[in-house]
Amino acid sequence: MSSELRELAESVFVDAYDRDAVGLDTDLWKTCEQTGLARMTLPESAGGSEGTLADAAALLEAAGAHAARVPLAETDLLGGWLAHAAGLDVPDGPLVAVAADLDVAADGTVSGTLPRVPWGRAVSTVVVLTGARVVVLSPSALTVHEGTNVAEEPRDTLVASGATPLAAGDAPDGAAEELALRAALGRSLLLAGAARGALARSIGYAGERVQFGRPIAKFQAVQQQLAEAGSEVAAAAAASAAAARTASDRGFADDATTFAIAAAKSRCGASATAVARIAHQVHGAIGFTREHDLRLTTTRLWAWRDEDGNDSYWNGVVGTRALNAGPDGLWPLVTGTP
Amino acid sequence: MSETLTKLPALVPEPVELPGHLAQLRAEVREFLAAERAAGKWTPGADVWLSGWDAEFSKRLGARGWLGMTIPTEYGGQGRTALDRYVVTEELLAAGAPVAAHWVADRQIGPSLMRFGTEEQRRKFLPGIARGEIYFGIGMSEPDSGSDLASVRTRADRVDGGWEMTGTKVWTSGAHHAHAFFALVRTSPKDENNRHAGLSQFLVELDRPGITIRPIPLLTGAHHFNEVVFDHVFIPDEMVFGELSSGWAQVTGELAFERSGPERFLSTFPLLASLVGELGKASDVDAGTRREIGALVSRLWTLRRMSLAVAGALESGEAPELAAALVKDLGTRYENEIVDASRLLVDIPPDPGAEPGFARLLAEAVQHAPGFTLRGGTNEVLRGIVARGMGLR
Repeated sequence: MSSELRELAESVFVDAYDRDAVGLDTDLWKTCEQTGLARMTLPESAGGSEGTLADAAALLEAAGAHAARVPLAETDLLGGWLAHAAGLDVPDGPLVAVAADLDVAADGTVSGTLPRVPWGRAVSTVVVLTGARVVVLSPSALTVHEGTNVAEEPRDTLVASGATPLAAGDAPDGAAEELALRAALGRSLLLAGAARGALARSIGYAGERVQFGRPIAKFQAVQQQLAEAGSEVAAAAAASAAAARTASDRGFADDATTFAIAAAKSRCGASATAVARIAHQVHGAIGFTREHDLRLTTTRLWAWRDEDGNDSYWNGVVGTRALNAGPDGLWPLVTGTP
Repeated sequence: MSETLTKLPALVPEPVELPGHLAQLRAEVREFLAAERAAGKWTPGADVWLSGWDAEFSKRLGARGWLGMTIPTEYGGQGRTALDRYVVTEELLAAGAPVAAHWVADRQIGPSLMRFGTEEQRRKFLPGIARGEIYFGIGMSEPDSGSDLASVRTRADRVDGGWEMTGTKVWTSGAHHAHAFFALVRTSPKDENNRHAGLSQFLVELDRPGITIRPIPLLTGAHHFNEVVFDHVFIPDEMVFGELSSGWAQVTGELAFERSGPERFLSTFPLLASLVGELGKASDVDAGTRREIGALVSRLWTLRRMSLAVAGALESGEAPELAAALVKDLGTRYENEIVDASRLLVDIPPDPGAEPGFARLLAEAVQHAPGFTLRGGTNEVLRGIVARGMGLR
């Protein structure tokens, strides 16, 4: 990503920062659409910026760091991609894609439940992968049961009862696998950003908070904790960026991409746990309150580490590959060079 | 929140992809190592860059052009990039090959000579280093000076035509086999207001009169470490390394090279590979065990990407000291995690006398583990560097 693009993303998210708001930030979303950030990797014909996955990676990392309340990963990496890949027009507005097992009637109407859809109430359309078909649904045609994750982000259960899709098409080959990988990659990048945000907040606080006559940043015990958090933030950044790079170079159908994204989501999940713990420990009781904005990043770390496959799930994917590779194949697997 | 975010320095350089031509080099190294193993020339070990001293192996690597790779061809090297060297090095370590003899000379002395050495010093040492025939040690720590390196007391006094060195260095790996080492010593009295001033580096050939080398056996009894005692040892002027009184800057400038390499997370990789082999003997591996292996491999993959990113930054002339410190902290703790997982995922006790294989690798790793988080700067010191880099000190 060019440094100008990175600076643009950072400044847009900084301006939108609001510690007390919840739900979709409609102003920020408009800004993202106007500046081309909303559909970073989509083709121009789909209203996209034709950026690379590396561009999207830097954007999502920044969004995570500033706790931006916009469905960027969902719109660009998931909904927009799936609609476009199915040969459908990419709808306007914020999007999301989910895989679900819907009943498709002879007349094309669909019925079934879409559990915990990210931003379900706020998107213009939900792109659903059901079996070998892709159907585009408007939330207005569905029953919305509002829910949230632990970061108060919308995770709504949508119920379709004979809903008429806005459009429908055939799913591309391997769509289910790719959708899961894209979701995990986006989530990894957001996690890496949120970890950075929580660390920066903690370093700032440690420099301000005076105890025993000096800032707590001057205590070695606190320094060692924050250094450990720094290592974890660096690991999450490296893993998620490398996974994006691998996906960009090799495509999502390549097994090296599956391995890289699985390893990255696992590593970012582990980092999230460590960084959130240390950030709260450093902040003391104040960070545990509603009035303090540390929660904006730490609650996202807690939410996102368990979304789109938790550490354990992706560790199973990596571990299975490692055991299949055997003692002589393990190193080639890690280096991606058989 | 936004202001504090922008103040946080980048903790890890941009990701690096290895250039495509290195795939061929990697394949050649793998083929060579497989043939060596098939011929029974050595047995894969743990912590081979400390314990695997095999001069003949080093010479074979030199003959293949895989030592001194970044040294210019006019000094007998290959004139290749640090990333080329990275590929060869990580393949050697992953295979558990015996790399200790040439380790310090290849990793550190070669690049340092190119940076600080005189023409005469380069001509004297570099060709032999690249051939795998000249081995070096490191003379930094002293009996009362470990992590607090600026407190070294070994001193060199001006004499006619050179310097006279007196003092004691410790933990010098391989000094009993090495031809020379480079020593950090005091060349002017300590100034409490500037503890880093007055330190200089010397290239010291270890066969000079007045040098006594005594073994410091490891807890296993194995002889790798040494105490090197100088009793009025004459060092000619031409063996001053770099600038007089610039020793501190020279030493710390090299730390990014020393701290972020693949040896900081691969010391126990042969044990991990062997663990995967042991687990694979069962018809079915339970889901929990699979996940634990997955967690270890995910961490390994991440560490390698971090280490490569640092190598890429070094190659472009940066000195990412903060990133190097943090990779070493994470990597050396990871080496210990492999040991613990290996113990707990299979029920095989470590056995130093066993045939080559899991039990023996586990024994080597268990017995060497304390060193991982000490050598090259303790993890506590490294975290202090990270804390300073993040603006906390």
